[in-house]
Amino acid sequence: MDTKRLIIVAVGGQGNLLASKVLGEAALLSGVSVRMSEIHGMAQRGGVVESAIVFGDAQSSIISDGEADMLVGFEPAETLRAMNRCNVNTKVITSLSPVPPFTAAIGRGVYPEIENIVSLIRERTPSLVAFDAMKLAKEAGNPMTLNIVLVGALVQSNVLPLTRETVEEAITLRTKKGFVDMNIKAFNLGFDAAQGVAL
Amino acid sequence: MHKLLSDKIGEEIMLLGNEAIARGAIEAGVAFATTYPGTPSSELSLNLFQISKETDLYFEYSTNEKVAMEVAAAAANSGLRTMCIMKHVGLNVAADPLMTLAYIGVKGGMVILTADDPSMFSSQNEQDNRYYAKLAGLPMLEPSSVSEAKEMTIAAFELSEALQEPVILRTTTRINHSSAFVKTGEIKTRNTKGFFKKDQMSYVTVPAVSRKLHVKLLANLKKAAEMSESSIHNFVVSANSSTCNANKLGIICNGVSYLYASDAVKDLGIEDRTKILRIGFSNPMPANLIKSFAKDCQKILVIEEGEPFMEEAVKAFAQEASIFVPISGKNGEEVAPPCISSSSEQTEGCLLPSEQEPLFSRLYEFDPAMVRRKIASFFGIEDTYTHLKPVDTKGIPDIPQRPPNLCSGCSHRATFYEVKKASQGMDVIFPSDIGCYTLGFLPPLSMGDFVICMGGSVSTSCGFSKATDHKVVSFIGDSTFFHSGITGLVNAVFNNHNFTLVILDNGITAMTGHQPNPGVDMTQMNFEGYKPISIEKLVRAIGVEHITVIKPFKVRKSIEAIKEALAFKGVSVIISQEPCTLFAKSIKILKPRPFHITAKCVDHRDCINQIACPSFYIENGRVKIDADTCVGCAVCAQICPDNAILPLKQ
Ligand code: SF4
Ligand code: SF4
Repeated sequence: MDTKRLIIVAVGGQGNLLASKVLGEAALLSGVSVRMSEIHGMAQRGGVVESAIVFGDAQSSIISDGEADMLVGFEPAETLRAMNRCNVNTKVITSLSPVPPFTAAIGRGVYPEIENIVSLIRERTPSLVAFDAMKLAKEAGNPMTLNIVLVGALVQSNVLPLTRETVEEAITLRTKKGFVDMNIKAFNLGFDAAQGVAL
Repeated sequence: MHKLLSDKIGEEIMLLGNEAIARGAIEAGVAFATTYPGTPSSELSLNLFQISKETDLYFEYSTNEKVAMEVAAAAANSGLRTMCIMKHVGLNVAADPLMTLAYIGVKGGMVILTADDPSMFSSQNEQDNRYYAKLAGLPMLEPSSVSEAKEMTIAAFELSEALQEPVILRTTTRINHSSAFVKTGEIKTRNTKGFFKKDQMSYVTVPAVSRKLHVKLLANLKKAAEMSESSIHNFVVSANSSTCNANKLGIICNGVSYLYASDAVKDLGIEDRTKILRIGFSNPMPANLIKSFAKDCQKILVIEEGEPFMEEAVKAFAQEASIFVPISGKNGEEVAPPCISSSSEQTEGCLLPSEQEPLFSRLYEFDPAMVRRKIASFFGIEDTYTHLKPVDTKGIPDIPQRPPNLCSGCSHRATFYEVKKASQGMDVIFPSDIGCYTLGFLPPLSMGDFVICMGGSVSTSCGFSKATDHKVVSFIGDSTFFHSGITGLVNAVFNNHNFTLVILDNGITAMTGHQPNPGVDMTQMNFEGYKPISIEKLVRAIGVEHITVIKPFKVRKSIEAIKEALAFKGVSVIISQEPCTLFAKSIKILKPRPFHITAKCVDHRDCINQIACPSFYIENGRVKIDADTCVGCAVCAQICPDNAILPLKQ
């Protein structure tokens, strides 16, 4: 099958490692080969965490600049920062709830306006799905489900060779027992939201 | 049951590279494992630690890598399958026992895992540890993928037993921190009871013995070279391997470069013209295999991250076999092109490489597109890979950086602030060390002027205090102090140096993910059978005359105590005791009690400008505290001159 390359960017603590695990499990269930790579050395100290997930036949587990088919950002400024990973065909999904870095708080740099982030991404890429994933995560019952909300939006985009059902199954297998219902709710909220705001 | 202990065979489980190696060790029946934690190898040790709590596997977090290597050496020479795990720079610390252990060899299989870190994602350098295998004369294996990492770990134990020598298993960050599905194999039963058969003429390395042992080592190395020739880890991939092999474009590669090269050859559509030699058994290199591979190649490109370890060997083999095809790899930007010299006489007879494009660099890690580009340019192939135009990043405004930072309520932040206040007006050099607290060098704290290696803070303080007229105040964490700070402190006392050492004792090895160290009270984590060592008693026993213990969350009191220590002439030690906030939260001995900024705030922003806790943020031009992340250390409240910061709930 065609190789599909996905990059997820997030801030330490937003749970993108769990999101990658769910997607990996779903790939196994679908018989799609998958490799992932994470840079999470200083994740717990508030740095950026990036996961690269490669579906299909390629052997590499990392993704070069400009070669992502899909970019999912858990934080709007981080999505914008990752524009160098995109090409003119890359689809982008981003949450719009900001987590400003402390450098902005201490006056070293200005956090860009959200509307500005959205238009900078939209000008450069063919398809942007942007919504407040935090709001939906809270609606699902816990801010920690932000990652699964975004997985929902990702599956709706249909770029990956994964069906809605297999990803739901993977969520059931991969997330903590007591949180499965909440995560499924988060997944569906993300899926529906992406349907509503997709361009 | 730990997920790596599953006895189902043929099950596919998603594993991190480090977990795959741990599973490989378990399948091989590893009985004894030692480590000093270090990213990118940390999860490997963590998994073995957890497994040791459920099985009869012996595992220990040793004081440092040298200790870990020596403990493991004894176990392996008592016949146990043994693993010793460390990051690349850790092998520098363990190099002393390594060199002579190679002479002695082992009885039970011993695998030394060294995790290199090209690009320095979490390290102070990107040294290429393949040279350690060469230096020590030990066999080395290098996997290219996560699933191969598991298989190679098992093979490494077998190889070690076959040769009776330790085997170096060398990974890079992209192996340790990649995940893929791995098929489980059968778990061999562990033999945990060792027996040491005395034999002084084999084990006591006085010169007369070592002279004989060196002969034995070289004989083993020769045997290893033969094994390397026919090893399954060194293989050729070629589209039509039997027919018409001549005139091919040759690629020799190792590790993750093999994956990138395979993808590139496919993407460039040159599979039928290319053959790839993947080297996984990389010391000793398979000389004959390389010669026969090279002889019908048109041109050879060597693709390896780090130093030109293979490239130099390949060139030497080609010379021996009178093969004169162009061989290249690292003529990257940072290396001056060969044969550029002033006199024409010197350049005569020297073949200039035909390709002028810069090839690979010794710097940083590679990526698939880079490898594809360089393959295309070296072989003069049109890069037909469908290039999608990268988006134009011009016009995107600067986004504020998100560097890693000390956590909200981290005790190090408080100590740094207090030392800064106490030393105001003094001309101070602040040597620092390796740990979370290295981040104290960031503004606004800006504490940290010189960092080289584990334990270096103490010994460099000795040097700075003698060589300059500056006051010297250095920082070291508890784990790093045990690792290699103690010897520096002994040196300082004996040689009568003059500086203040601040031991940031947060009761855990925080940076690498909260591992134990000899100062840790293990009962907090419900582990029995350990005996913690008191840093204060140790420092006193060394003979330090001025010792102060501070509780850094008591700001004013701490500043006064630090001032006193700084005024002492000679070696003074400040022990700043407060548990790592992140760890305390995770084991639930800390219940966050968030603070908030009240209407009394007059917006002079002392809190932000002086300590910059990441819980602060600005909203509508006013400072706020994020109640979700604030742990209530109360440090900001104590430094606010207007007492505007108070607990959220009284
Ligand atoms: S992990 Fe612990 S020591 Fe490290 S920055 Fe966080 S609170 Fe500080
Ligand atoms: S009390 Fe102040 S310094 Fe401490 S964690 Fe909260 S905001 Fe940060």
